Amino acid sequence: MPDSPRSHYLRGLRDGAPFIFVVAPFGMLFGMVATEAGLPLTQVMGFSVLVIAGAAQFAALQLMKTDATTAIVLATALAVNLRMAMYSAAMAPHLGAAPIWKRAVMAYFLVDQTYAASALEFERHPSATLSQKIAFFAGVATFACLPWYGATYLGATLGSRVPPELALDFAMPITFLAMIAPMMRTAAHVAAVAVSVAAALVFAFLPYNLGLLVAAVLAMAAGARVEQMSARRRAAA
Amino acid sequence: MTMSDGYVWGIIAGLGIGSFLIRFSFLGMIGSRQLPEWLLRHLRYAPVAVLPALVAPLVLWPQATGGEPDPARLTAAAATVLVGLLTRQVLFAILGGAVVLYTMLWLVG
Repeated sequence: MPDSPRSHYLRGLRDGAPFIFVVAPFGMLFGMVATEAGLPLTQVMGFSVLVIAGAAQFAALQLMKTDATTAIVLATALAVNLRMAMYSAAMAPHLGAAPIWKRAVMAYFLVDQTYAASALEFERHPSATLSQKIAFFAGVATFACLPWYGATYLGATLGSRVPPELALDFAMPITFLAMIAPMMRTAAHVAAVAVSVAAALVFAFLPYNLGLLVAAVLAMAAGARVEQMSARRRAAA
Repeated sequence: MTMSDGYVWGIIAGLGIGSFLIRFSFLGMIGSRQLPEWLLRHLRYAPVAVLPALVAPLVLWPQATGGEPDPARLTAAAATVLVGLLTRQVLFAILGGAVVLYTMLWLVG
């Protein structure tokens, strides 16, 4: 049965499988860096299980190392995660009819990778049923989220045995860049990326990571505007 | 550097609850209500709006070099983007970036 939830789960598994190569090193990296910063294993795992958000975990850790106040750490790390409100809104039309507990579970697993893969899938197959869409999401989450815990544990136990020559500090930027480049499909996407980079650098002086949020809002507006202009040009031609 | 248990667990709890509420926001409260077209048009660009802003300062001002621009890391970043644009594959882009990073670090130190 090609349309059973099971087949959609398997498709999600397949689409999510490559993320294991992103999530595993990233999770290990967090485990190593957090252990090196002096956190015991329970706290390192607490981060990855309860927060389950790589960039925000790194941001929080970075600030904690500088003895920032709890309020500043939380505000900054949550600002990094604010983009997930947009993911939540984007998923709502597709998954919003699910029972509340399923929505809560999916919300917990709503990360960059599950969002990106699901948004692409739901855009391609808008007529899929609710249970098919939930099954696909679960499939992506299997490889995109579950390895996060084990990888963190592995990294934490390897701890500080990694030599600095490995330049693990740059694993995160390379991972993000590798995710961004294939997304630049249209002029609107390219415009959004350009504005995002420029604004992030210009507004880098703003405290509490606010520059990131300003850049994100400006870049989204740029993308939406260019999309509208392109559509009008096509309609006029 | 000493971090008290209360400090760390407070941050973990706050971040865990806060992150969940952000993720649950629209999915949990708005439910299946259809969002307006202008909002969807903006949301389409959320990933390409947030991720580059997150990564740009890390590339230009890497912490490992104390915030000084670093030829090895800049070249690796450029290689990652180039391979990503050409192959449209996240994994190939990561591999390309890693190979260039290690080659450059080995060459320039």
